[in-house]
Amino acid sequence: MAYFKKVLTKFIFVIPFLFSSIAFSESSDYNMKVGVTEVSESIFELHMLIFWICVGIGVIVFSIMFWSLWKYRKSKGAVAADFDDNLGLEIGWTVAATLVLIWMAVPATQVMVEAYDDAEGEINILITGHQWKWHYEYLEDEVGYFSNLSTSQEEINGDVPKGEFYLREVDEPLVIPTNTRIRFLITGNDVIHSWWVPDFAVKQDAIPGFINTAWTNVPEPGIFRGACTELCGIKHAFMPVVVRAVEREEFDAFIAQKVTLAEAERLLTSKNWTKEELMERGEAFYATNCAACHQAGGQGIPPVFPALQGSQVAMNDSARHIEILMEGVQGSAMAAFGESYSEIDIASVITYTRQAWDNDTNGDGVIVTPQDIVAYKNRIDL
Amino acid sequence: MSTVVESHDHGHHGPAKGLSRWLFTTNHKDIGTLYLWFSFIMLFIGGSMAMVIRAELFQPGLQIVQPEFFNQMTTNHGLIMVFGVIMPAFVGLANWMLPMQIGAPDMALPRLNNLSFWLLPMAFGILISTLFMPEGGPNFGWTFYAPLSTTYAPSTVNFFIFSVHVMGVSSILGSINIITTIFNMRAPGMTLMKMPLFVWSWLITAYLLIAVMPVLAGVVTMMLMDINFGTSFFNAAGGGDPVLFQHVFWFFGHPEVYIMILPAFGIVSHIIETFSRKPIFGYSSMVYAMASIAILSFVVWAHHMFTVGMPLAGELFFMYSTMLIAIPTGVKVFNWVATMFRGSITFETPMLFSIAFVALFTIGGFSGIMLAIVPADFQYHDTYFVVAHFHYVLVPGALFGIIAGAYYWLPKWTGNMYDETLGKLHFWLTFISVNVTFFPMHFVGLAGMPRRYPDYALQFADFNALISVGAFMFGLTQLLFLFIVIKCIKSGKQAKPEVWEGAGELGLEWTLTSPPPYHSFSIQPQVK
Ligand code: HEM
Ligand SMILES: [Cu+2]
Repeated sequence: MAYFKKVLTKFIFVIPFLFSSIAFSESSDYNMKVGVTEVSESIFELHMLIFWICVGIGVIVFSIMFWSLWKYRKSKGAVAADFDDNLGLEIGWTVAATLVLIWMAVPATQVMVEAYDDAEGEINILITGHQWKWHYEYLEDEVGYFSNLSTSQEEINGDVPKGEFYLREVDEPLVIPTNTRIRFLITGNDVIHSWWVPDFAVKQDAIPGFINTAWTNVPEPGIFRGACTELCGIKHAFMPVVVRAVEREEFDAFIAQKVTLAEAERLLTSKNWTKEELMERGEAFYATNCAACHQAGGQGIPPVFPALQGSQVAMNDSARHIEILMEGVQGSAMAAFGESYSEIDIASVITYTRQAWDNDTNGDGVIVTPQDIVAYKNRIDL
Repeated sequence: MSTVVESHDHGHHGPAKGLSRWLFTTNHKDIGTLYLWFSFIMLFIGGSMAMVIRAELFQPGLQIVQPEFFNQMTTNHGLIMVFGVIMPAFVGLANWMLPMQIGAPDMALPRLNNLSFWLLPMAFGILISTLFMPEGGPNFGWTFYAPLSTTYAPSTVNFFIFSVHVMGVSSILGSINIITTIFNMRAPGMTLMKMPLFVWSWLITAYLLIAVMPVLAGVVTMMLMDINFGTSFFNAAGGGDPVLFQHVFWFFGHPEVYIMILPAFGIVSHIIETFSRKPIFGYSSMVYAMASIAILSFVVWAHHMFTVGMPLAGELFFMYSTMLIAIPTGVKVFNWVATMFRGSITFETPMLFSIAFVALFTIGGFSGIMLAIVPADFQYHDTYFVVAHFHYVLVPGALFGIIAGAYYWLPKWTGNMYDETLGKLHFWLTFISVNVTFFPMHFVGLAGMPRRYPDYALQFADFNALISVGAFMFGLTQLLFLFIVIKCIKSGKQAKPEVWEGAGELGLEWTLTSPPPYHSFSIQPQVK
């Protein structure tokens, strides 16, 4: 109730402003973002131009209408005239409307041509929408990673206060260099998503089977937050986009570090993993990638998301378990994780789910190692 | 001609008694009444879903429902409002008014008429029943984009597909009936260019329906095949094309949005001329405007798809064609204003709703033009700005048109005047709450809040709270409308045949008694 009152009192003061154009002035929370790129600035100006033209037409039409309603009200004794057309007038306003539309179409076309450009970038990044996270791959350097929402479930459920960047923060943002032409190649892994960063005025659908392109060139460092804008299922609101633009040197260092990490990961695959190591890694992987559907306690949300606790596959059928992780389940929300994650990740999460929640005592408790996954992949390749 | 009709006219042919009157009726008024009550009930069902949505969005965080159910609510709210409220209400008004406006005894194909109504409760019974199934109902948005609605859909999607087919059959049958009636049953002397504008609007709408409902049936059938029979129309992994879905859907979808507004154009034109006591300005340009809107509506569909990655030429073509629609739409608005100009205006409830229609629909038209500007649409698309746009054209647009029509013709239907004071109260509460609900959506949309989100970032919190307050007020206010309608059916000042001062000149329906005889015109009137 207190909240209600607070909001209400606030709005008593805001309402008059809402309906005035002040709300539409620059740098306001109520208007389109001006953004940081040349394209986003042109789009903002275009938006304001069209907006003001509409306001202009509105003022003219509505003043004539309300003036007529006032002037010709019957209670004041108005007597109706008897005309029902006027060819000159009708041709006149049709022509006027056409001219106004041309006035809008010319700058709209110019800005569109400016924004539309699919030439290669200096840096090309493949963006893949997954249910429900983004994957970024730097095509020149062959490194990539996932970007997950980092807001906690407790914040979402209201058990703890919400942070400043509630639902607009990720574990690993996309990093790009400033003053560089970047081309995004955007696609979808499962359903259609849409990758939007308002500050760049880039919104492009991520469609399975298609690769769309978009580009940007960011002049200054900063953190830019966006969202998924095409309904993609349950967690549509929980896969934000965060982009960090940094100076070129910092970017190069970032990529170098990613390349080293990827190397190390490849070496690790051949190492002999202990159960504890796999469990530790598997638990973390499970929390970020599986718990959304199968739930932290493995109980799932039947019938859409089956329980893993007590599941026959997770207890007694390690071969099928590997297969599901690698290939996904046709016709369901279960994705083919094998395509996007390392052998270590897959092996450790399988091992984890075979041990957790008493699955080991109730089932065979088989441990699956990265080598098993490599073996599976080789078998498929035959 | 008149002798044939006269043989019917012996009075002992009134309505049957009890339930069978409604089940087996072939009378245009009874069927019209059924359609209108059906749509009214659906308004409250779809409305309750909107209340769930707004309750969840009152504050950031997940409080009341989980995202899975939230998505079912947005999907079913959209489907019910479009196919279960707006369209049936217009068909109900057509059933009641077309025979009376063209001087006919009934619709041309009365049994077909009964069938096309009774298919609807079936279709919606099926659709709503999915909400109670273990996997839940459709959760992929009213636009049901593949592959979310195919490969990734709950298995209840098959019920959804079946129900869309049934709705489609109902609409097509209804349209055939309307076209046949208009072409064959007009009173002698009523040439096409003398038809009342509501009749014209429905003639055009019926053609649109016949043209696009099969396309909708086609797209859901392709889904059905993909889901159950291993085809890959929309499945990229099998060589299919998810974007094809959107092209086919919107080829239906854009004409569909005009299906939802053209009859309202007709209704509002009648009301404005009645209460301005002055004939509609530019009758023939009104007709041509509706016809050009209908034709253009077939070549603008991809303006819903500016971000799917079309070539530059495609983006520009659909931008220009969409902007073109604004010309006939603008002409209609100018004509309404010119009708009021130098009239003798009174402000009964139907007129209030019609004035609000003109003003607020125009605002929806403005946001429509903004959305047509491709580069700007990159920023607006799939945000609350779009939600604001289509609610402005559909709620103070289509729905206000329907409410205005209901007030305008209620005394004719029931023989009683409705309570004018309550009607005005209903109008002002509705007018205020509609704007409190939908106007701030423009701002949250521009500020960057995507649509179909069960939860949102903190900077959108204040506006969302305000929107929810407006929405609850709007929802409650419609209970008042229900009360007014029932009160008018039960009692009220006896209505004269012409009901509104001077209306007798304006249309044949006002020459009949209030309420009109069971078979409207047993003897065809002569139109000068
Ligand atoms: C001047 C006339 C109009 C123009 C220029 C126009 C333009 C547009 C555009 C460009 C969009 C796509 C926006 C986006 O998704 O980014 C749109 C969406 C929409 N419009 Fe309009 N529109 C007009 C009138 C209408 C009317 C009369 C109706 C219905 C009565 C309507 C109903 C809708 C609906 C339902 C959507 C959203 C569909 C969805 O994505 O769920 N519009 N409009
Ligand atoms: Cu459209």
